[in-house]
Amino acid sequence: MRLEPRDHVSMAMAVAGPVLAVLAAMAICSLLILWSGSSVSDAYALLFKGALGSRFAISETLTRTTVLTLTGLAAAVAFRAKLWNIGGEGQLYVGACAATMLGTGQLQWPPYLLIPTLFLAGALAGGLLLLVPTLLKTHLKVDEVVTTLLLNFIILLLVNYLVFGPWKDPMAMGWPQAAAIIDEGLLPKLLAKTRLHAGFLVALASAVGAWVLMRFTVWGYEIRAVGANPEAARFAGVPVNRTIVRTALISGGLAGMAGVCELIGLKGYLTLDLSPGFGYTGIVVAMLAGLHPLGVILSAFFVAVVFNGADSMSRALSVSNYIAEVITAVSLLTVLVSMLLTRYKLKWK
Amino acid sequence: MGDFFDFIFTAGFWAATLRMATPLIFGTLGELVCERSGVLNLGIEGIMTIGSMAGWMWVYQGGELWQGVLFAAFVGALFGLLHSLFSVYLGLSQHVTGLGITMLASSLSYFIFRMMLPNVTTPPKIVPFDSWALPLFSDIPVLGQALFVQSPLTWLALLMVLLVGYGLFRTPVGLAIRMVGENPMAAEAQGINVHLVRSGAVVFGSALMAVGGSFLTLSAFDAFYIGMTNGRGWICIALVVFASWRPGKALLGALFFASFDAMQMRVQQQASSAIPYQVYLMAPYVMSIVALIIMSRRAAYPKALLIPFRRGER
Repeated sequence: MRLEPRDHVSMAMAVAGPVLAVLAAMAICSLLILWSGSSVSDAYALLFKGALGSRFAISETLTRTTVLTLTGLAAAVAFRAKLWNIGGEGQLYVGACAATMLGTGQLQWPPYLLIPTLFLAGALAGGLLLLVPTLLKTHLKVDEVVTTLLLNFIILLLVNYLVFGPWKDPMAMGWPQAAAIIDEGLLPKLLAKTRLHAGFLVALASAVGAWVLMRFTVWGYEIRAVGANPEAARFAGVPVNRTIVRTALISGGLAGMAGVCELIGLKGYLTLDLSPGFGYTGIVVAMLAGLHPLGVILSAFFVAVVFNGADSMSRALSVSNYIAEVITAVSLLTVLVSMLLTRYKLKWK
Repeated sequence: MGDFFDFIFTAGFWAATLRMATPLIFGTLGELVCERSGVLNLGIEGIMTIGSMAGWMWVYQGGELWQGVLFAAFVGALFGLLHSLFSVYLGLSQHVTGLGITMLASSLSYFIFRMMLPNVTTPPKIVPFDSWALPLFSDIPVLGQALFVQSPLTWLALLMVLLVGYGLFRTPVGLAIRMVGENPMAAEAQGINVHLVRSGAVVFGSALMAVGGSFLTLSAFDAFYIGMTNGRGWICIALVVFASWRPGKALLGALFFASFDAMQMRVQQQASSAIPYQVYLMAPYVMSIVALIIMSRRAAYPKALLIPFRRGER
């Protein structure tokens, strides 16, 4: 068996690859559903019904799509430049921390000033956090995978310290949470009687922005060039290190904005369960999208369907909602194979 | 009197250090073998998690403790096989494959745990390993009891340091592993099956990682809970760099890191402390990053690390 590069990858194949990968992942996971003694068709029917079966269900799924789009974009932009940013989780939390520092009464500004300021602060915090491992990579050749991963644990402990210590809200009946964001800093709701908030539009705009950046600007070209072949990019006159740093600020910024979105759109105050691993899930979202910014919206929506649907399915059947995480993990592996098969031909000989 | 208690504290502290180092020793050795063959195994965090779950579940279902350890190793080896299928045979990105394996192994651990024990509120417990006293040494007053009475898995970890060191540097198999990690082309010219050696190294390394995980549930604690591995796998990856890919130095690094863990537990027991306990919990992660920075200039990575080998392709 041998792999031979294809001369041309058609658009149809590029789209069919991830879709088939996801279907394969769901087929593999149906074994787990069978093992738990439930009917596979019932389980998946309940999953999709739970995620898309009503106006409220759809609004909940779109709410989760919001944060996953932003963390997915963070991973997609970085991975394009072969900057392995696995620190989305930590960047999300520092983004939320920055918004908490400015949004809990420190700035008494009207919403049209305060909300953009909070997003900016969150993006800056996320970007600066990723800057540390990035500079270590460009200047000292320290592998950024491990450093970004380790920073996630450090940041979570920092948030732990803050919400149990100096930031603990005395009005919160002893719960470890920071003070609430003031009303002027909260995002408006998009649909009445749902939790869907204006952050959804921010996420969509970010995806379009990232697409324009990557596709039509010099910066985007440089990012892709560095990712494809840093040596060739250097010879072509691309400032490689500066491009990687730029990528880090954008990627970390997007993850920081995800934290701000969850904070001022949904939760209203900083807690330790602001994100159940959205930063890590963003990696799967980006890979499922083939690192395409507009594709990220679709894959984030799919992953949101799986997670929200699994929650309601697990209430009806005896299938633990951890099935959602298994499905996304298997999808990551199957999409890797599908990417290989779209780029290479299998030759039997 | 105070000095006496200080002395006991010191001995107990070192006993705790050795205990906390055990999973790190297994994990670091496992990762080291993988990387020596040219494969970065980012699946370590998940493989340790599923090792801790599998070993515990085996014992909880009525199996023997040592069988639990073996079962954990077997499950770890299976995930190593999956990893090598992707990263070695298909030559896919080792970064993404490893993260995928970690996500899959952790989520499967939690899924299976919840499915097999759906209605538990407090984590159920097992009877963990008893300590083994090393004859003669354990008779040394005070210090002997602290240092030489340890879990059998700790003894196994120390033995593995010797075995892995010997295997890597004194046997033909070890030479083959190091060769495919440095120069796979030359290895193939010598008639070595690069794919086979690499996948063998990943399978063996993953089994070691899983045994490290099983120490958590079969010896250090007596229950399995969500988020138990808590980044130990990632610390092991930093420790491999810190140890410059040498088993002996890996042991030293693991002990050094574990000493901070032991100190942290001591501080947490004290009611009031000037430094918040989170700082101590952060220490291993911060130190991992610092270790990577210090070693970065001198890091002698295996030359073919991260580079997939495809026969007949340059």
